[in-house]
Amino acid sequence: MSKSFKGRVIINGKLTGNALVTHQGFNICATYFRGITVKSPLCWDQNNKDLYQKTLNDKILCLPKGIGSTTGGMFLQCAADNGIAPLAMLYSEHVDSVSVAGIIISDVWNDKKIITVDELGDEFLSMVQDGDKITIEEDGTVIVE
Amino acid sequence: MQLTQEELEIFNGEKGPVMQKLMQTIVRFGDCFGAKKLVNLDGPMHLVNTTAMAGLDSIYDILDQLIEAGFKTKQPFTTDPWPMDMVNIKTTDEERAEFLRIYEPQERYLKQLLALGLINEEAFSCACYLPQIGNIPKEGQRLAWAESSAVVYVNSVLGARTNRNSAYIELFCNILGKAPEFGLLKDENRKAPWLVDIQTSKKPNGQVLGSVIGRKVVEDVPYIIGLDRFLTDISDFDTQDYLKDLGAAAASNGAVGLFHVENVTPEALRYGRKLLLDDYQTFVVTDQVIEDTVVSYPVLWNNKDDTPVLCLIGCPHLSLNQVNYWYHQIEKELNNRNMKSLAVQTVLLTAKPVISEFKKNPDDFEKLSAFGVTLSNTCPIMYMNNPLCASRPVITNSNKARTYSTSRFFEDSELLDIIVSGKIKGGKNE
Repeated sequence: MSKSFKGRVIINGKLTGNALVTHQGFNICATYFRGITVKSPLCWDQNNKDLYQKTLNDKILCLPKGIGSTTGGMFLQCAADNGIAPLAMLYSEHVDSVSVAGIIISDVWNDKKIITVDELGDEFLSMVQDGDKITIEEDGTVIVE
Repeated sequence: MQLTQEELEIFNGEKGPVMQKLMQTIVRFGDCFGAKKLVNLDGPMHLVNTTAMAGLDSIYDILDQLIEAGFKTKQPFTTDPWPMDMVNIKTTDEERAEFLRIYEPQERYLKQLLALGLINEEAFSCACYLPQIGNIPKEGQRLAWAESSAVVYVNSVLGARTNRNSAYIELFCNILGKAPEFGLLKDENRKAPWLVDIQTSKKPNGQVLGSVIGRKVVEDVPYIIGLDRFLTDISDFDTQDYLKDLGAAAASNGAVGLFHVENVTPEALRYGRKLLLDDYQTFVVTDQVIEDTVVSYPVLWNNKDDTPVLCLIGCPHLSLNQVNYWYHQIEKELNNRNMKSLAVQTVLLTAKPVISEFKKNPDDFEKLSAFGVTLSNTCPIMYMNNPLCASRPVITNSNKARTYSTSRFFEDSELLDIIVSGKIKGGKNE
């Protein structure tokens, strides 16, 4: 049974893909720091049991919010430039200042969009599971199947 | 966001396309957080990223655009530690080659930083607020900083005001001289939704307590009570060092940008529990919570029973007080065991001006060197970014370094025992 959620659009776009879910904060620096030089699409954050060693760049990442060192935005921006960032970022909470900076800089300076919707709510994150088919609409509607 | 006429002109591209992109980035960033306007910055600047790595090329292209358009920061800035030191940390030929490969764009990047306003080549430290470096914001000053350990320190211990900006947002804001007004720049957001009650039987390790708090409150502001039993006032170096390490751990294990310690930090001294929000939650920290947290840290060595070959101390960079502390602790422990030097190569990480200050007493420096200890101004996380270094059994007392590398965490007393004996208590090689 599918369920629809409505969030706030940070970077708009239409996309269908599969979910990858983290129930703890997404530590972007820890995720990419060890892999960026070799353009690894894996999550290298050993403290994130949901994501560690999973492939990010073919997934829609569902997360509460970003955490960790403030170089995180730079890593996310460069991950997008190198094709190893998630296809889209769906936040259950309000975006954090670190990850959203990378997302915006990537859009403004590199013309590379990571479709981003935030404030989708706790129910979204508790319902969505790894591999679920997700459709994102331009207006911030997210349909989980 | 409501922009002034001049800001609007920049936003619309009347000051050129590069400044337009810079302004659009700042405005869109501020809009995400409900900022109503831009405010002038009136304090100094520090830049978070000193490291140039393969894979970050789009950053250098952006900086080239800024430089070619003639922009630099309103005030000169300090920046984080230099990512390599192949003199003060023993480095094999293979490791050297790998460092030079990973950090290949470093010289290009240094030139870019100097063009954009870097003070000089001595100004590399994550703890730029140490007196020997002297990039010390004043209470109430509005800043745009990004280094997470420095952000939490200047907010909490110095009472300055900055959000946890992401890398290069801080550069853009300091070129513009303005930042979007939201978050920790505003009084109401410096209040605490968490009361953290320290009920431990002894002073908890600051690096572990910071990790406990960061994991619990994530990005919220905690008001910490019960910790003042173990601390003296904020002018005391030991207190400053403790809060420096606590904050860095809270910022890297969570996303804490500001904490208050009752009867200790400046805003807690001024406002007390009025800083608590009406609907605050309470989190109690007991000895068991501390113990459980330490046990939860994964060991990421290839072989968990390996004997450590390197110890990195100083993330964030050590203060002079902490360098002296480790010097005296190591001396005492070696004397107790009738030993002349450490069993494990040990590096104390701190800023160049702190090293220069320590070296003013050449006898101390000579003795420290004889113990097998070196002083380096590099960054342990950047060191461990070299996969050849990451594959070695390295130990640290830094929770931030533990979070971002394969180095294994030990609390100070255990770390001291290991570097002197060469063995981990309870390990197979003991």
